[in-house]
Amino acid sequence: MPTFQLKINGESHTIEADNDTPLLWVLRDQIDLVGTKYGCGIGQCGACTVHVNGNALRSCALQVSQLQGMDIVTIEGLSKEGDHPIQKAWLEHDVPQCGYCQSGQIMTAAALIKNNPNPTDKDIDSAMDGNLCRCGTYVRIKQAIKTASKL
Amino acid sequence: MTKIKTQYNRRSFIKVSAAAGGGMLIGFSWLTGCVSDTNVEKVEVPNEWFDINGYIKIGDTGLVTIYSPNPEIGQNVKTSMPMIVAEELDVDWKNVVVEQAPLNTGFYQNQFAGGSLSIRLSWNALRMAGATGRRMLLEAAAKEWGVPVLDLNATQGIIKEKNGERTITYGEIASKAVGIEIPKEVELKDIKDFKLIGTSVKNVDAKKIVTGQSLFGLDFKREGMQLAMIQHPPAFGMKVKDFNEEEIKRMSGVKDAFIIDTSIKDPTWSDEKGFLQLIAIVGDSTWQLMKAKRAVKANWEVISELENSEMHLKNLEEAIASGNVEESRKDGNPDAAFKKAAKIIERTYSSPFLAHNTMEPMNFFANVTDTSAELIGPTQTPEALEGSVSKLLDMPIENITVDMTRMGGGFGRRLYVHFGMEAAAISKKIGAPVKLIYTREDDMTQGTYRPAYQSRYKAGLDENNNLIAFSVKGSGLPEGSVFPNRFPAGTVDNYLAEKMSTKTNVTTGAWRAPRSHFTAGAEQSFLDEVAELAEKDPIDFRLELFDRAIKNPVGEKHEYDAERYAGVLKLVKEKSNWGETKPGIHRGVAAYFCHSSYVAEVVDMVLENGHPKVKKVWCAVDCGIVVNRDAAKNMVQGGVIDGIGHAMYSQLTFNNGAVNENNFDRYQLMRHSQAPEDIEVFFVENEIAPTGLGEPGLPPAVGALANALYQATGQRLTKQPFANHIKTKKLLG
Repeated sequence: MPTFQLKINGESHTIEADNDTPLLWVLRDQIDLVGTKYGCGIGQCGACTVHVNGNALRSCALQVSQLQGMDIVTIEGLSKEGDHPIQKAWLEHDVPQCGYCQSGQIMTAAALIKNNPNPTDKDIDSAMDGNLCRCGTYVRIKQAIKTASKL
Repeated sequence: MTKIKTQYNRRSFIKVSAAAGGGMLIGFSWLTGCVSDTNVEKVEVPNEWFDINGYIKIGDTGLVTIYSPNPEIGQNVKTSMPMIVAEELDVDWKNVVVEQAPLNTGFYQNQFAGGSLSIRLSWNALRMAGATGRRMLLEAAAKEWGVPVLDLNATQGIIKEKNGERTITYGEIASKAVGIEIPKEVELKDIKDFKLIGTSVKNVDAKKIVTGQSLFGLDFKREGMQLAMIQHPPAFGMKVKDFNEEEIKRMSGVKDAFIIDTSIKDPTWSDEKGFLQLIAIVGDSTWQLMKAKRAVKANWEVISELENSEMHLKNLEEAIASGNVEESRKDGNPDAAFKKAAKIIERTYSSPFLAHNTMEPMNFFANVTDTSAELIGPTQTPEALEGSVSKLLDMPIENITVDMTRMGGGFGRRLYVHFGMEAAAISKKIGAPVKLIYTREDDMTQGTYRPAYQSRYKAGLDENNNLIAFSVKGSGLPEGSVFPNRFPAGTVDNYLAEKMSTKTNVTTGAWRAPRSHFTAGAEQSFLDEVAELAEKDPIDFRLELFDRAIKNPVGEKHEYDAERYAGVLKLVKEKSNWGETKPGIHRGVAAYFCHSSYVAEVVDMVLENGHPKVKKVWCAVDCGIVVNRDAAKNMVQGGVIDGIGHAMYSQLTFNNGAVNENNFDRYQLMRHSQAPEDIEVFFVENEIAPTGLGEPGLPPAVGALANALYQATGQRLTKQPFANHIKTKKLLG
């Protein structure tokens, strides 16, 4: 089986996996980073969102063989103490219900405010539209993103 | 204070205390995720813990652990149930940590998440658990100081002499409370003295959620654990015959492949499922298992009719016409009243099958040996799972344990236990611990759907626009969606309600606010149209009907309290400034009673480039005492989005027995840009013991949406999903 060098949350990992293995399953099965969630496997729900070179991407659609040398950040690496402005705002607004989709929502939102520190409602909608929340926390997510943009 | 007899007997307390000391309650160290950690840094971690009762453990530093008995599916019980214990124990919430209790039928009652019943059924038990603990700590302090208990007071974890200087903390006296006799009676606080209940407490798992720590069933791992996936037949009405077993077993990463059979004798409602025989593939890499699943070539045999959506519609219509009524109510003489009515209106409403689509797909861990079965994962009904696995393995219930993980959504889907049984069957076959994982496609095509419904409503008005006759006839696949004794029963002299059922081989189950979500949508949009025909304001029209039910109800009984029903309508009318018109804002209203709670909602809709969009929703809720205020608002907001999203966009259709929508590319769920900008929630303040909240926010949203759509588009939409039936041409033209 081929091996790959991946840089995840600042640490280097040597991974043995099939070429076509999605990053999602490398993270969850092999590195024990289970914060990145499986929701659909086809890039439609956003639960598996991670940052690759600063961009919010769906880890279910990224093959391990494409990622060598890239800077991968997961929810576990977003901040050391769980105090990224988005995480703080999520706690302030008590956003989660079941909580399953939230790491994906947070990763997408964190990438959004990094590139666009004061997003409008429309900006938020278009950035976040790929992240489904079955519990319906959308209103709070929008409020939390606005709060985070002021932090 | 209210004196209340403790319903626990001493034996059950001892049993649980001993079990806790022996490590059963606290022994699942694999799951740091089961313990909330929000407050730990603020209070020194105890050297020693003392079990006060099965709900409460107090550390020598004053840190208090409260066990949350019920499954957490996102409805906030892991925070709100311990709040109730903490209130009566009278302890500072910042000194509380919460642990998920395992299934323990010998001690806890009603350990399930369903019917919006968790708080409602456990309200007294939780209060008593806290009050019992407080009393035992007080008695221990009284004994220590040689004074009567009556001379002492306890507040916020500190016991004080009423007329003296001495104080002692719960942490300091906890060791002495362990041997205290369980009081036969305890005093509960007066509701007006609540300090914690009614405030807003943050979700105890929030920090873990936002930092991505292991919490959910799918996150669970155990050394030596195998992974497994299943493949079910591609269509309802099919059964697996055989498959390319040897080829699959040779694939990279595959350890084993075989067919399992999970049929049991005397199955109960929670065992219902689409497919009893499944292909199982075992390995140690999720991705390799997914590839193996794709390589499966199976022979499926047809064992019953392969159904399609056209057939489903026809069957629903025929069921209504059949006259095979299962449940009904009749007041007065509806036939005669319709004959003499000056105006008659009749409408038929329908909605398709829906999937639950919890964001976390079905999964479960099982470790079955010759003598024991250990089950860990997301289940709304741990006791039902235990019973079904006992039947499947022919193993005594005492040898089976169930631990609950936090769940990535429930909505009724995890009331059904087949995935836990499948994990047990696979573990038994391979003789090793295993975690079964469903793909999204498995999850969406397996069955256990929200049934498809159709209901026909008819109303008759006299020449003065009074509602003199009303009838509803409803069918469902399989069960009809009619509640004969709910509103408007009791308000119309001539009333008929008839419920019919029809057969399907598509397996269905409870889906958040079962039947109420459809009935509320149909009935409340029908009444909107009746009010229009009667030339009355839709809220005033409903209030007139409630007035009738209050002053001079028709018939012997009805399920609802008309004053509370009217109360939420009046509250939403006031808060939303109903009657005020704003340019570009189109409003619809609805109210519904279910799960013992009352909710009225107003939807404000706008047209964006000719497309209707919900801008704001106003909710008035009467669910009795509100335990965790902001979390309760979150729950209602979620219900509104759930109701609007599914009524607007979602459906499952069938062709040759197979589901056409198998993932989120085809199955539409509401997304950010389609969600309302704001949802305001107002609660009726009263001192009624808490009633349901997880579900009642959803049903009225469907009716209010339909009524706002009418105001915005001029179209009365009767078929869900509405988005498929809105004629935008008409709007733009």
